[in-house]
Amino acid sequence: MREKFLSLSTVGVPLDRMNVDTDAIIPARYLKTIKRTGLGEGLFFAWRYDMDGKEQPDFPLNRPEYRGGKVLVSGENFGCGSSREHAVWALMDFGFRAVIAPSFSDIFHDNCLKNGMLPVTLPAAAVRSLIDALLAAPGGKVAVDLAGQTVTGPDGDIHAFGVAPFAKTCLLEGLDEIALTLTSAGEIDRYERERKKTTPWLFLDLAG
Amino acid sequence: MPTLFEKIRERHVVTAREDYVLLYIDRHLVHEVTSPQAFAGLSAAGRSVRRPGAMLAVPDHNVPTTPDRSVRIEDRGSREQIQALRENALGAGIALFDIDDPRQGIVHIIGPESGLVQPGITVVCGDSHTGTLGAFGAIAFGIGTSEVEHVLATQALWQKKPLQMRVAVNGTMGPFVTPKDVILAVIAKIGASGGTGYAIEFAGETIRKMSMEGRMTVCNMTIEAGARFGLIAPDEVTFAYLKGRPLAPPPSLWDAAVADWKTLPSDPDAAWDREVALDASNLEPHVTWGTSPQDALPVGGVVPDPGVQPDPSERARMRRALEYMALSPGTRLTDIPVDKVFIGSCTNSRIEDLRAAAAVAKGRKVHANVTALVVPGSGLVKRQAEEEGLDRAFLDAGFQWRLPGCSMCLGMNPDKLRPGERCASTSNRNFEGRQGPGGRTHLMSPAMAAAAAITGRIADVREVAR
Repeated sequence: MREKFLSLSTVGVPLDRMNVDTDAIIPARYLKTIKRTGLGEGLFFAWRYDMDGKEQPDFPLNRPEYRGGKVLVSGENFGCGSSREHAVWALMDFGFRAVIAPSFSDIFHDNCLKNGMLPVTLPAAAVRSLIDALLAAPGGKVAVDLAGQTVTGPDGDIHAFGVAPFAKTCLLEGLDEIALTLTSAGEIDRYERERKKTTPWLFLDLAG
Repeated sequence: MPTLFEKIRERHVVTAREDYVLLYIDRHLVHEVTSPQAFAGLSAAGRSVRRPGAMLAVPDHNVPTTPDRSVRIEDRGSREQIQALRENALGAGIALFDIDDPRQGIVHIIGPESGLVQPGITVVCGDSHTGTLGAFGAIAFGIGTSEVEHVLATQALWQKKPLQMRVAVNGTMGPFVTPKDVILAVIAKIGASGGTGYAIEFAGETIRKMSMEGRMTVCNMTIEAGARFGLIAPDEVTFAYLKGRPLAPPPSLWDAAVADWKTLPSDPDAAWDREVALDASNLEPHVTWGTSPQDALPVGGVVPDPGVQPDPSERARMRRALEYMALSPGTRLTDIPVDKVFIGSCTNSRIEDLRAAAAVAKGRKVHANVTALVVPGSGLVKRQAEEEGLDRAFLDAGFQWRLPGCSMCLGMNPDKLRPGERCASTSNRNFEGRQGPGGRTHLMSPAMAAAAAITGRIADVREVAR
């Protein structure tokens, strides 16, 4: 199901806020869908629009210089709060393919990886310099190279980032994680047989 | 040597790959908002649900809390999600507590109530507040929809090992100081991302003396400190809570289960990546002023001044929060008026919460400027509260007494704040727009929320109830 993550060189979009929560990324009323698509409409809704539905001209996603950017750069604890994967779907539907921040919430981070979106954790000072550069000269490019694990800012500065090897492989190859796990089905069967002996009370199943 | 978390993890490893292990999942709770795309994905790939008997489904986020819900749900999206859950559960053979089932309620309330959540298990749900269930000494965590689909198909998840944090809470809490105040104080202390990357075990005599209900409140908000997992070692309180519940181990297996559970607590020499201590003996009732759960202060305090904050990012965040909340530095928290009061949510809608709020409400009247809602966490909580006469105490005081659901915690059902409205809420998140676009949330305990309903402003319950 996931997209392959390809290297990017694109306009960087600065969102200079910390603790950007998933309710801000996609408000709850947009979760009333049974599809994964079309959520870009609700992305950052309360920040993109005023109460009358008019665009807030100063919000970065509305500024012409940043339109079409695929890399979002933001503050600490990005994606905190709700586990709603709709936050990732909304960012991707809008066009984003990577988010750079000093830290991410654990659930949002995992949700990104499952969808082929790259969460890049960089030191706070590096993120600060990227945001400052993108604010000072809107439209600046940010390059993200997953294979080489580097981010190149608009000023040419190169920042290395870490990524778990398993997650990296899944992203680069766009692996179907369920298919991969099902290759271990025999081991799961074996595990269940053993656990039934040691903790039988966990196998008293509910009736559907 | 191992921690509680490490012991449970160890016994659930199916296989390993690099720094990830394939963790077997014992129980899976499912609700209507984060599951439809998972079932659709499963079906599109021609896969089936591996172990439907390990799952329990319930509609909670979208359900109205008024009696007309059994006739018709007005909102089309809500109706479709609830219908999809019904069809998916039926199609896969998954047990469902449907909207008119007396056991229906908030997913994190009904799991424990049914006896499904037990010490030593792994349990997941497509909901960040699943950490609530760690109060039983379980690895309980919130997952996204892709992971929901993965569990449906494989009954397992690839997981990296989190760091281990121990939060020790000691000292006897004063009157009207509650588990909600403990967790708000912990979040204020370590910050909204202080627990990121960690599993947090809560320990110490204050926790040991808490009921299961109180322990669940503490673990419920662990995620607001960034930690995906909150745990408390199982003990006699846990065993007594579970004994005799419909899905708890039956009498023939009970002694073996308890003997197993007793081996789970962290070893005395367990290694912790971080340790935090909190003295509960001088803890005061807490209230939030801002738009992050870390913005909690003792109720006697004043709205803080961003100007004295040395870190520029934090200063900017605080300024933005004050602007959104329409508050000025130096304002006493007890001078802030409220329009709405919400007593409910997976944080504070269990029987003890309702008792605490009813004790304050009884014989008093809701302030003329306030609309106050009490929303029990489940049909069973509601029934018990009615047997104890709590509904009368609330209704006589002018509170509304609703049907179970997530209600005004998250703005997905008809219970919402209007733009600019200010709410004293027992829920878990005060994010911008969380309770409805433009709504302003102050988090607090049920007793404090009841006091706010009576006085029409944020109030110190110790003075109101005196």
